[in-house]
Amino acid sequence: MPKLLSGAEIVFKALEDQKVEYIFGYPGGAVLPIYDELKNHKSIKHILARHEQGAGHSAEGYARSSGKPGVLLVTSGPGATNAVTALTDAYMDSIPLVCISGQVPTHLIGTDAFQECDTTGITRPCTKHNWLVKDVNDLSKVLHLAFEVATTGRPGPVLVDIPKDIQFKKGKYKFFKNTLRKKLNGKATHKISNSELDKFIDLIKKSSKPIFYTGGGVINSGPEASKYLRELVSLTGFPITSTLQGLGAYPGDDPQFLGMLGMHGTYEANNAMHDCDLMINIGARFDDRITGKVDEFSPGSKKIHVDIDPSSIGKNIKVDLAIISDVTELLKSLIKRFKEKNKNFLNSNKQKTSKWWEQIGKWREKKSLNFINSDKIIKPQHAVQRLYELTKNQDTFITTEVGQHQMWAAQHYKFNKPNRWMTSGGLGTMGYGLPAAIGVQIANPGKLVVDIAGEASVLMTMQEMSTAVQYRLPIKIFILNNEYMGMVRQWQELLHEKNYSESYTAALPDFVKLAESYGCVGIRAKTPGELDDKIKEMISIDRPVIFDCVVDKAENCFPMIPSGKPHNQMILGPEEEEEISDEGKILV
Amino acid sequence: MAKSKSAYSVPGKIGKIERHIIVVWVDNEAGVLARIAGLFSGRGYNIESLAVAEVDKKKHISRITIVTEGTPQVIEQINLQLKKLVPVHKVADFKRGEKDILFRELAMFKILGNTKKIEKVKKICKKFNPVILDKTNKSVVIQVTALRAEIDKLALDLKSLGLISTSRTGAVAMTKGSKIFS
Repeated sequence: MPKLLSGAEIVFKALEDQKVEYIFGYPGGAVLPIYDELKNHKSIKHILARHEQGAGHSAEGYARSSGKPGVLLVTSGPGATNAVTALTDAYMDSIPLVCISGQVPTHLIGTDAFQECDTTGITRPCTKHNWLVKDVNDLSKVLHLAFEVATTGRPGPVLVDIPKDIQFKKGKYKFFKNTLRKKLNGKATHKISNSELDKFIDLIKKSSKPIFYTGGGVINSGPEASKYLRELVSLTGFPITSTLQGLGAYPGDDPQFLGMLGMHGTYEANNAMHDCDLMINIGARFDDRITGKVDEFSPGSKKIHVDIDPSSIGKNIKVDLAIISDVTELLKSLIKRFKEKNKNFLNSNKQKTSKWWEQIGKWREKKSLNFINSDKIIKPQHAVQRLYELTKNQDTFITTEVGQHQMWAAQHYKFNKPNRWMTSGGLGTMGYGLPAAIGVQIANPGKLVVDIAGEASVLMTMQEMSTAVQYRLPIKIFILNNEYMGMVRQWQELLHEKNYSESYTAALPDFVKLAESYGCVGIRAKTPGELDDKIKEMISIDRPVIFDCVVDKAENCFPMIPSGKPHNQMILGPEEEEEISDEGKILV
Repeated sequence: MAKSKSAYSVPGKIGKIERHIIVVWVDNEAGVLARIAGLFSGRGYNIESLAVAEVDKKKHISRITIVTEGTPQVIEQINLQLKKLVPVHKVADFKRGEKDILFRELAMFKILGNTKKIEKVKKICKKFNPVILDKTNKSVVIQVTALRAEIDKLALDLKSLGLISTSRTGAVAMTKGSKIFS
């Protein structure tokens, strides 16, 4: 007869067997038995957030920068509902999270008890799967299954809701491995066939205007995938562009890289996507910020789509060759087969793509990321460029909030390695970057972690500075402070006759004093002249820093594909701004 | 609203709407129906009718038959999204009107009226396997099994004959011949 354990003990036993080192959480009545058990498990460190949303984003930052699932522990009712934003964020960006929530005792479920809510009901649409555990003997199986669901196939968040009485009850513990009857999302059921690979290679050989379009799937597949991607791109000599989430999978400063594509992507990337004859989508999902109007999206191209999630294929864009696979596995076998049959492809094919590269060169000459700099006022793009120049020689991790600063960071900060760029792309969660930086710093002690932030976003989760101070996490909050919700203001300028309705924050805290009151360091830069020295000062401080970078209030983020225009007609700068049709204004 | 010209969130060309019958085998566990129904409502798909019951008592497998409408692209998404759900074992999809599939719905009608009227009711229902489930001197409960359109018509015809209550199931489906759904 195996020893019986309490539900709370089973939780920790399962976490230990899953090799969990950190949990991010916040205690409350319905999880007290689990918190009580924490002291007996020294290998697991609990990071106390200041709000469950913060704990969730920290767990996301931890997961994205380490490749391991993030674990979140919250109480019932408000604890669970506060975690919903983070769960949805993780769901949209395919981040593996395991959220354990307390629930009122089973006999009180359904009675509108204190801090009761229908947690599994509320989180059903924002998790891959969730469980309400009503029998302590199911608990170990459910917990291990939860880790498996979160991390296999297309990763994502899961939630296990454990009523308080189950946490006390004694039951059997067993370590379950690979409990799923079928592998999720077709990952293991599909073996890549040679005929698929040959079709792939054939399309590569036939094309004269090819482009790689890569996304977060490359990052999620692990560091191996980035290595193989680099190999394939250099084997073919083709140009490559990346989505917001894919940045870092391919070196941002490589000449074959055209920059990010999409709504605020580069002129060359978007035009190449529009005019190409072969689009090779690896681990991206034809999101609406990329495709624009689907009927006019890259009309003349053959399209290959590699995705681990079968439901991603054909959802938005019809493709000519679909391969359901993990990116690493596909690239590995593709490169092997390609090399066998096509020795010296790069040189023999140079001629064929030379016109294409010439055209790309012409688009590049537009220098679409250029901006008019100033020596009086700090331009936000300039600030990001300086931050990049001053940090590029060390292994730096960047998180962001959501808005203009996020796009400027994506445009001007060049990433060379995967897992160095953590941003909320799918859900677009303001307030993501600061708590995410906490998780990143925990997973990467000793490394430089910078949250490129906007002053409006960062105030949404500012309380987490207190967490950073408590655990001595020297994160740097680099605020591009323009006193506006910048992206809202930009849309109002371009689409709503400059009616800046509620996008200006008339009362902001003094961020330097705020930093001091949190027990961290505040720095302010007001002029371009002092910017470099202040950034260097920030980097040199081994404590959390809030950097208030006072920037031009009126700067807009370009290039931009405006509403009411086809995908290959971008606005490149303020001189090109023009009226947008009434029809265009209604769109998001 | 005027036709949009935007590069963003513009609806693409809409394909032809088809009616499909989707059969889903699921673990009969708490919340499984909510997961299926939530998937449909959350992604904006339609459920025209739904029939659910456990078909394997030992393994606790339920068979769900869903009648839905959508463009071929939407129907494909429904299938793929359903397959991603953890408690879903398999999904089968049929276009309404496919020849080797059988469909049936069951309906119960309560009719008030004298014997003469009830005789008339029986006659109208004759083609649809009528069974008298309950009979009094002024009412009758009659059960029929038929296709949806036939039951629709029947209900309409019975209205003037004293129909006061109708209860119907969703469609269930099965393949003809020795083949089974795969």
